[in-house]
Amino acid sequence: MTSTTETNVPLEGPTPDDGLRAAEQSGPMLAADGTPLKRSLARALRREKLRALMLIAPLLLFVLITFIAPIGDMLLRSVRNDIVADTLPETVEQLGMWDSAQQELPDDATWTALYIDLVLAEEQKLHTRLGSRLNYELTGASSLFRKTGRAVGRFDTDVYTDQFVALDDSWENAATWVNMFDDSDIAEALPLTARTWERWVDYLESEDDIPAEEDVEDFLFTALYADLTREGADVSGLSPRLEQAAAAVSGFETVDLREQFEDADDDWLDPEIMRTIQTYSPRYTSGYFLNAVDAQLTADGVSMRPENQQIYGILFKRTIFMSLTITLSCIILGYPVAWILANLPTRSANLLMILVLLPFWTSLLVRTSAWKVMLQQQGVINDTLVWLGLVADDARLVMINNQFGTIVAMTHILLPFMILPMYSVMQTIPPSYLRAAKSLGATNWTAFWRVYFPQSVPGIGAGSILVFILSIGYYITPEIVGGTTGTFISNRIAYHISSSLNWGLAAALGTILLAVVLILYWAYDKIVGIDNVKLG
Amino acid sequence: MTASDIVITATEKKPVSFYASVAAAAGAFAGIFVGAAQGSTLLGLICGAILMAIVAYVAVEILGRRQEKPLRWGLVILFAIVGFLFGGTPGGVIGALFGWFFGWFVYWLGFNRYRAHLVPYLTPGQVLWHYAFRVICGAIFVFLITPILVVMPLSFNAENFFTFTPEMLRFDPEGYSLRHYRDFLTNTEWTNAVKNSLMIAPVATLISVSLGTLAAIGLSQSHVPAKRAIMAIMISPMIVPLIISATGMYFFYSKIGLVGTYWGIVLAHAVLGIPFVIITVTATLVGFDKSLTRAAANMGADPVTTFFRVQMPLILPGVISGGLFAFITSFDEVVVVLFVGSAELQTLPWQMFTGLREQISPTILAAATVLVAISIALLTVVELLRRRSERLRGMSPG
Repeated sequence: MTSTTETNVPLEGPTPDDGLRAAEQSGPMLAADGTPLKRSLARALRREKLRALMLIAPLLLFVLITFIAPIGDMLLRSVRNDIVADTLPETVEQLGMWDSAQQELPDDATWTALYIDLVLAEEQKLHTRLGSRLNYELTGASSLFRKTGRAVGRFDTDVYTDQFVALDDSWENAATWVNMFDDSDIAEALPLTARTWERWVDYLESEDDIPAEEDVEDFLFTALYADLTREGADVSGLSPRLEQAAAAVSGFETVDLREQFEDADDDWLDPEIMRTIQTYSPRYTSGYFLNAVDAQLTADGVSMRPENQQIYGILFKRTIFMSLTITLSCIILGYPVAWILANLPTRSANLLMILVLLPFWTSLLVRTSAWKVMLQQQGVINDTLVWLGLVADDARLVMINNQFGTIVAMTHILLPFMILPMYSVMQTIPPSYLRAAKSLGATNWTAFWRVYFPQSVPGIGAGSILVFILSIGYYITPEIVGGTTGTFISNRIAYHISSSLNWGLAAALGTILLAVVLILYWAYDKIVGIDNVKLG
Repeated sequence: MTASDIVITATEKKPVSFYASVAAAAGAFAGIFVGAAQGSTLLGLICGAILMAIVAYVAVEILGRRQEKPLRWGLVILFAIVGFLFGGTPGGVIGALFGWFFGWFVYWLGFNRYRAHLVPYLTPGQVLWHYAFRVICGAIFVFLITPILVVMPLSFNAENFFTFTPEMLRFDPEGYSLRHYRDFLTNTEWTNAVKNSLMIAPVATLISVSLGTLAAIGLSQSHVPAKRAIMAIMISPMIVPLIISATGMYFFYSKIGLVGTYWGIVLAHAVLGIPFVIITVTATLVGFDKSLTRAAANMGADPVTTFFRVQMPLILPGVISGGLFAFITSFDEVVVVLFVGSAELQTLPWQMFTGLREQISPTILAAATVLVAISIALLTVVELLRRRSERLRGMSPG
């Protein structure tokens, strides 16, 4: 390495003899250049480590960014629940003070907050998303929010607008509002109005509108009214216009916002919806995970879902059951094949190996389409059976779009993953052991069961874990040949991502699946060692 | 003389009661199917048993070993004609196969040929098990390979069916056509899909091979801190279920604007291919003699020269087969593409997947046949590389 150039000047440099001589003089053993050998070795070691890490670093970074980060993002998404707090910030704050155990509805401040939040959400078209989010927890929330979203713009809150404008024309002018909230004292005195105004301005600016040129909407006046009538509201000395308004508000005609919501949809009278909003207001929730195990988070704590809505338990059980069945059939089919491959002469074994490797190398979709062709009602197997007269033409076997189809097709697809590890283990078992056992008087079965089989167990273990890991997360094959009864948990995840758009639930299901796989991966690493994985 | 020609146990004529009854049993079994196809299972069973017992007797007792060839040919032709009368051309072909099999079978039984390659001290039960085991293994091999073989003839179907038409079974040229291949090669949906796949896979392979090889070399050094953890992270794309990878990538890539872009898919496929490169290259490096790099350094080569002139040629087979694995991973990958891709970036597997879900046309089978041909080619290359690598390793000490 670097020493090659240094030795070009041998006369001045240190020689091995120097080290020896120094060592003889007692003290620590020295390297050729006079430094203690220990330190010199440590330095060389450090340099070697550094070089190895430099070689690994680019890939490690690449994998971390393109793979581990996405997985981490998914894990985070399974507990993230920003939408309620982001869409209904005022309501969430008000509901924080509400005791949900009581059977009565929240107070007026909450309804005002909800009104303001919903108007803003409706402007930004966010209320439907919120509705679908809450619908996962409370059926009917989606339509409730959609219906209310349509109505919320027509609430009778223009009463406040008219009364404020009657006091002073300049309230109608957006520029007045812009100027008013430039003053931090006013913003402090009217917290709700200030926050609402800020959200409104943010929204307008995101739409490239200028706040000073827009109409002043009813909900701003509602917020102003709420602020001015709030206990301890004090605007004295801030602005004459505000003082005038503060003096007048007590005589204002009011609007009962709860009634307005009730007119929009009766469901608001049921405290359940408010309870649900309250339960799901934190930014992190265990709700998705509870959903994924057929439970739900209610105001009274965790409870199981009704019997007829429990689908994930069944789905997880089915996934495990089918993966086990597939693993078992792979063992049963793979063991004889691996045995014969390991015990035939090399030439014929290599030829037969092609029959194992060709499916292994063939595109997954080709194999899946082949099974679709084979198994369907007008397919090759049914045609053959009908032609042989074993099955009547009008009673063709149903072998696809059910569990049978998935198990058969996936056993075929995963069989090479079982055969290859078994084969590599069996190759190392000397055939003389079996012969020795037999010559000592063992029957064929005893010789196999007591001598050969225990030695082949590591191969079975390696193959089984591999097949089980692969099958538990399979998506394509169950999707195509599984129908409704033969699908796995992964199909449900895909459904939630592309169709129902319940991404949080998809992430939670994915996290559970990932945890199972990682435990198995860890076991595999302990038993087989990941560096011992062989391909072909 | 190959191993299979060696005769361990002498062949002799077996008693008539043995071979005639076994042949009759086999004939009865075959007769069940023929009978069922013609309407009467029982009649088929009895006829098959009687017929095969007679054939066995005639073959072994009367004609003997010297007349073996003519008898076997005669049987092939006779069965082919009978089969043709019953079931047309397909029946004829199956009949000929039956005739060939039974011709071989009666001689194999009658002259004890089944013991020729076995050690003499085996009991009859052990012999029976020996062959039964082989039949079982044969059946499993058939299970492994049949689905792939069935796809090929079906892709030449002249009709828009996923199954054999009567014309195809009659070997009528009318029943076969190249229309699905024409569709595959001219339909823009399919050609675009192939083009996209060919644009994505090589780039992804290049990324995973270059990064993966470097990392594998780093990992093979003796003192790497946290080696197991690093290895576990790098292998994880192969272990984590694709649906989870796809979900995570969809969420994360949409945040950084990579969803629906060419580079999004390329990066995703590159990371999925990395475990394969790592595994194959590390396996090759296990047999790599480190003194070779030291010798090169000793003779004045800098690390880069050493890598390209000494190490690379020796581990090249492993690198290439790792690259092929990565290529096939990308070329065959559909889940991630479904999530991260977009309509303009449909790859061949995507096209096949949607086609299978909606079952549009047997063009899928033409595509499948092309893919099988490609995988046979790749398998051959990998096998040759493996042999070369073993030869190279055999040359170097250690």
